[in-house]
Amino acid sequence: MSTRDIVFVALFAALTAALGLFPPVTLPVIGVPITAQSMGPMLAGAIAGARRGAAALALFVVLVCAGLPLMAGGRGGLGIVMGPGGGFVLMWPVAAFVIGFLYERGLETLTAWKEALILVLGGVVLTYAVGIPWIAAVARVDLAKAAIGSAWFLPGDAVKVVLVVLVARAVRRAYPTLRPR
Amino acid sequence: MTPSIPGRSPLHRCPPGPKILALVAAGTALFALPRLDLALAVLGLTGWLYRLAGIPARLVLAQVRPLAWILAVLVLVQLALDGWQAGLLVAARLVALMLLAGLVTLTTRSSDLIEALQRGLAWLRPLGADPAKVGLAIALTLRFIPVLAAITAEVREAQRARGLERSLVALTVPVIVRMLKMSDDVAAAIDARSYDPDRAGD
Repeated sequence: MSTRDIVFVALFAALTAALGLFPPVTLPVIGVPITAQSMGPMLAGAIAGARRGAAALALFVVLVCAGLPLMAGGRGGLGIVMGPGGGFVLMWPVAAFVIGFLYERGLETLTAWKEALILVLGGVVLTYAVGIPWIAAVARVDLAKAAIGSAWFLPGDAVKVVLVVLVARAVRRAYPTLRPR
Repeated sequence: MTPSIPGRSPLHRCPPGPKILALVAAGTALFALPRLDLALAVLGLTGWLYRLAGIPARLVLAQVRPLAWILAVLVLVQLALDGWQAGLLVAARLVALMLLAGLVTLTTRSSDLIEALQRGLAWLRPLGADPAKVGLAIALTLRFIPVLAAITAEVREAQRARGLERSLVALTVPVIVRMLKMSDDVAAAIDARSYDPDRAGD
């Protein structure tokens, strides 16, 4: 990684932390908060690309595990990862990588719809695939209940995907950072 | 980020590695053994540690305040579902963890914390992550958070002047573009000082 890559990694780790300054809303029953922070992996993947995006989110998760209060609402520590939302958090680096990879692959032919599809795949489908069983295991509820509880995230996720598509397109025009794979 | 409070207590003098490990152990124990007596004991112990470190009560409250209303919701939900004991357990556990994590940051200089993390992550070397680079990235991240907040405040004011204060896109795009531009400047500045990431550990 070049110096520029390292600085970008730090930037998107910090951006994810800063997104946590918006107050979270905790969902009852499953005990996982809705936060703006899940936009972190989407923005990191879409703007910084696969490698730097994944590294940024991995760094963020390490800092949270080390006890820095960077999660929404000033939370931090290994308790986050071991709590009900841990599956989602651990998937963030993977989500950033997949989103970044698909963005770089299709960079020449990206349309708004394609971008939204990539973001839904990486930021929602993939994350939930691990996040929901994790809730079921940690909170000791059955899988169906965890899935229904998590459905409350979907409207928020839809808003986040639209916002990230708009932002990523504008940023790409103003300050291109990705190179096609 | 809460800056550290200088002091000479045993907690201040303890190296950051053991403190982080103790925090991790406490967090794991509290979640693995959901018992009210254990949570209250850890909470009591944490209070004692704060006194030992000589941290004023005002700062103790500041550690928990951002959590206050999440805590209220959580406790109410637990009260409604499982009774007062479950509610008390959730609250005691969360407050104890927040206070313990806060205590580590309050009694450790961030440069020491970064150094400890850097050493603790040496095992990542075979995976292609250089601890020196990780250390640089951590230091930059901690510095970028307040910078991001400042830039966001500036852009928000500028967009308010244009009547765009309600548009999230009009806020986010300039913030990110400015941060990307700044990142390039920071990278150029680091390179100009002959920092060689491939030889930084030497």
